[in-house]
Amino acid sequence: MSNPGLLLILGALGVPLLRGWARRALMVVLPVAALVVLWLLPEGSGATIEMLGLELNPLRVDALSRVFATGFLVAAVLTAVFAFHVRDSLQQAVILVYAGTAVGGSLAGDLLTLFVFWELAGLSSVFLIWARRTERSNRAGSRYLVAQVVSGVLMMGGIAVRVGAGEGLEFSYIGLDGPGGALILAAVGIKCAFPVLHAWLTDTYPEATIVGAVALSAFTTKFAVYTLARGFAGTEALVWVGAVMTCFPIFYAVIENDLRRVLAYSMVNQLGFMVVGVGIGGSLGINGAAAHAVADMVFKGLLFMSMGAVLLRTGTTKGSELGGLYKSMPQTTVLCMVGAASISAFPLFSGFATKSLILTAVAEEHRTVIWLMLLFASAGVFHHAGIKIPYFAFFAHDRGFRVAEPPVNMRVAMAMAAAVCVTIGVAPALLYDMLPYAMDYEVFTTAHVINQLQLLLFAALAFTLLVRTGLYPPEIRSVNLDFDAVYRRAVPSGWQALTRGTTVLGDRLAKPLRRRTERLWTVASGPLRPEGRVGAPWSTHQMVWWLALLLGLVLLLALL
Amino acid sequence: MTAHLPVLQVLVPLVCAPFCVLLRSRTAAWLLFLFAALASLTCAVLLAVRVGGDGAQRYEMGGWPAPAGIEFVVGAFNTPVLLVVSAVAVVVAVYSRRSVTSEVDARRVPLLYTCLCLTLAGLLGLTVTGDVFNAFVFLEISSLSTYALVAMGRHRRALLASFRYLVIGTVGATFLLIGIGLAYAVTGTLNMSDLARRVADLGDDGGGNRALYAAVVFVFVGLAVKIAVFPLHAWLPGAYAQAPSAIGAFLSATSTKVAIYVFCRFAFTVFGTTLVFGTMPIDRIGLALACLAMVAGSAVACFQTDLKYLLAWSSIAQIGYILAGISLATTAGVSAGYLHVINHAVLKAALFCAAGLLVLRLGSARFTALAGLGRRMPWTFAAVVIAGLGLVGVPPTAGFASKWALLTALVDQGQWAVVAAVLASSLLAMVYIGRIVEVAWFREPAEPGTGPTASKAPASMVAAIWVLVLASVYFGLDATWPAGLADAAADALLANGGE
Repeated sequence: MSNPGLLLILGALGVPLLRGWARRALMVVLPVAALVVLWLLPEGSGATIEMLGLELNPLRVDALSRVFATGFLVAAVLTAVFAFHVRDSLQQAVILVYAGTAVGGSLAGDLLTLFVFWELAGLSSVFLIWARRTERSNRAGSRYLVAQVVSGVLMMGGIAVRVGAGEGLEFSYIGLDGPGGALILAAVGIKCAFPVLHAWLTDTYPEATIVGAVALSAFTTKFAVYTLARGFAGTEALVWVGAVMTCFPIFYAVIENDLRRVLAYSMVNQLGFMVVGVGIGGSLGINGAAAHAVADMVFKGLLFMSMGAVLLRTGTTKGSELGGLYKSMPQTTVLCMVGAASISAFPLFSGFATKSLILTAVAEEHRTVIWLMLLFASAGVFHHAGIKIPYFAFFAHDRGFRVAEPPVNMRVAMAMAAAVCVTIGVAPALLYDMLPYAMDYEVFTTAHVINQLQLLLFAALAFTLLVRTGLYPPEIRSVNLDFDAVYRRAVPSGWQALTRGTTVLGDRLAKPLRRRTERLWTVASGPLRPEGRVGAPWSTHQMVWWLALLLGLVLLLALL
Repeated sequence: MTAHLPVLQVLVPLVCAPFCVLLRSRTAAWLLFLFAALASLTCAVLLAVRVGGDGAQRYEMGGWPAPAGIEFVVGAFNTPVLLVVSAVAVVVAVYSRRSVTSEVDARRVPLLYTCLCLTLAGLLGLTVTGDVFNAFVFLEISSLSTYALVAMGRHRRALLASFRYLVIGTVGATFLLIGIGLAYAVTGTLNMSDLARRVADLGDDGGGNRALYAAVVFVFVGLAVKIAVFPLHAWLPGAYAQAPSAIGAFLSATSTKVAIYVFCRFAFTVFGTTLVFGTMPIDRIGLALACLAMVAGSAVACFQTDLKYLLAWSSIAQIGYILAGISLATTAGVSAGYLHVINHAVLKAALFCAAGLLVLRLGSARFTALAGLGRRMPWTFAAVVIAGLGLVGVPPTAGFASKWALLTALVDQGQWAVVAAVLASSLLAMVYIGRIVEVAWFREPAEPGTGPTASKAPASMVAAIWVLVLASVYFGLDATWPAGLADAAADALLANGGE
């Protein structure tokens, strides 16, 4: 029971058995106990297990894994408190199991254990989407599951290749030297929302339940960042991948109407910073990625919590339908703005203390282009997450909502998260001391602060000017096309849209084409259906024909 | 007494069979079958212990020495099969009491247990015999009684399924007999170890003897019918789904597995590994058919609308995994195949038992009848999902252990196409298990009137299901015991029967 991850997973089985206060107490005690166990564990590897001729090392504690595990457990406490009021033991239990998989994964000392938790993280968290119990969320959950399982299959393939090549199961630096490393990177890339592979995230997170989105925002992606930090530190390609990740979501976030989806895009953007940090490598880069990941678990959780509160009370998170909520939800407004300030890296808030590590690491390597891209992304994130979210939800045009504040436990959870954000922001040394590499870094230098304030003020100025002059893209109900459209709509509607555009050929081509694709699917799946040629019961003479055919074929092959 | 264990293993169920008919009482017949199953499990355990201690056990029937007389051989290569068959028989015996009375006409129940005893005797005999002709006889004993068992299903379609199985099964058995006849013509002996010696004397490639090659092909194709290798699988879905639930569970866990063992016994210890997998292209043909089975079986399973048919099609895919492991003809591959024989037997028996419980309480295992019942029958569906995840191969279930072993064995040999097929089949398995989850929890019940009947689930059936489910989880968490058995079996087979 000395593994904090297993402690959470097994303890979570008790959640459905308890009621009322006992259940709530268990939900908080479990992650707290796991946190205590984690910090009591000595550094180094635990006992190894021999399985199928391979040596497994399910528990390895070092500074890198400890800082991530600590972040996961803090996020687990916050999410658990946030979920107190829910009358659905499934979600409450799943949150703990899901957190446990992330903790267990970050403490895994070998690739097989990592894979087990990797797969379990996907399988457990899908219930947080399904738990919304609507047709839409059922389908989103299935898409989410497919993405997670594909990632798992890729990782298993990569591990098998590495074992086959005699590189063993140890989970340390992996690198891109062999096909195994590339497969594992692809698996991590899916969960880490690399460009083009990110679509599942922005597609499905906003479809989760209120508490589900909070939990999802904390674990899967940061688990992937951890895997990246340990396995692929200093990989040059990641610098560019990360830089692209910071920039492209900004354009989507600006025009997106669903505020929870805006948050999902800003999550890809924040992950981009971490990926850049990992790609730069070195002590400052890895420290920056780890610190920013921990800070992001809390402030992104806080923002999802506040949007969850809005969703709970008003029934929507559409920017076009919200506004003026500060009158009826003043506490939520303030707490949301703390989260917004943290993600935008205002001095004295957590994002400033952690993001500047990554920016400094980039600057020290003299990567001017990357640095400018990150600077642009910093302005952008302030723009959409720092201003847009609070502005459209709580200020802007008053839509006449007169609703109550969210339940006490939600406010308590948000206040706790806000307190963590401010604490890290005011006293960053608390977090810096936990980081994997010792460093001598001063965050509150005049240059840092002035730079950041200039950036933020001009971004704010730009927003104000655009809104005042009416040039800002209005919040309208719309669906913005992202890469998920490729897999969601490609077969039926992709054809439709494409062919409808070319009106000349339209009727002559589109219909037959659509009919073709439909017929192709029917033809391809037809034989497999219960009444189809393969699926239906075969008649006796068919069976005997096949038998004779196979006998003849094998005889021919054997005797030739 | 202990010297007679190999024959008692087969004799007890064989002798119990006529008494089941003669006593004409349902309870007596059930007790007899339970006794037969327990006795054979005891024999199997004792034999496994003795084989572990002193190596292979040989028993001369009637005191006639080996080449002339019939001998039974128990070695590391068949103790896992004996244990699986007899252990599943015990669990099914416990399960069948309530399940059979609810599905089969009361007058036929003693006959059903008679046939079950005969099937058990036939399967066990097929496993222990050391004589090729005797193997054919036991194959016929088990097959004929299986046809009768399938025909006792609830619907009239069971008769058709049974007839189809009878025709194709008989053709398969005939092929096996032709193969045995050809081997006899070439070597002049029927004893397995004697045959192996004389085949080896002909040289590594069998001396280029065409008749011997034909013998191998006939044995392979004949047994492929019994193994249900795609495209000779067509008897399986109907037979397993239409048979009474307890019978479906028993057959799915045992009969194809024993056929696979018999193929291993012929290929590795009679004709010899180099002849079958080196000189002849049986390894490549086996791998190709295995890939076909994995992908086609799982793909068809995704479209099924009846839980029992879905499970049957998934069996066809899972047999592909086993065949792939064995076709590699390496220690790692054969060991992976054996491990999956054990794990799949446990998983599939659990799933068919759960499907039988659903039939008992809902009257059908069609998806329309199961819709939305996950919350009202949480334990049954939890069992289905846990065992189903085992089929997918999600860690830490039993299916993961064997699939991992298979993947490493395939990667060792550089069989990337087969690795791709295994992974594709796993993805498809995720889809069909996902469909069960979706139907049970996320779909609205068809009509308010439908639902579990007021009667509670019989404790004996629930106990049988959960014993199997927990066993599968245990084998996933701690695979040392089944993996040890499988490794020993693979070593013994590739060392030519450990002789």
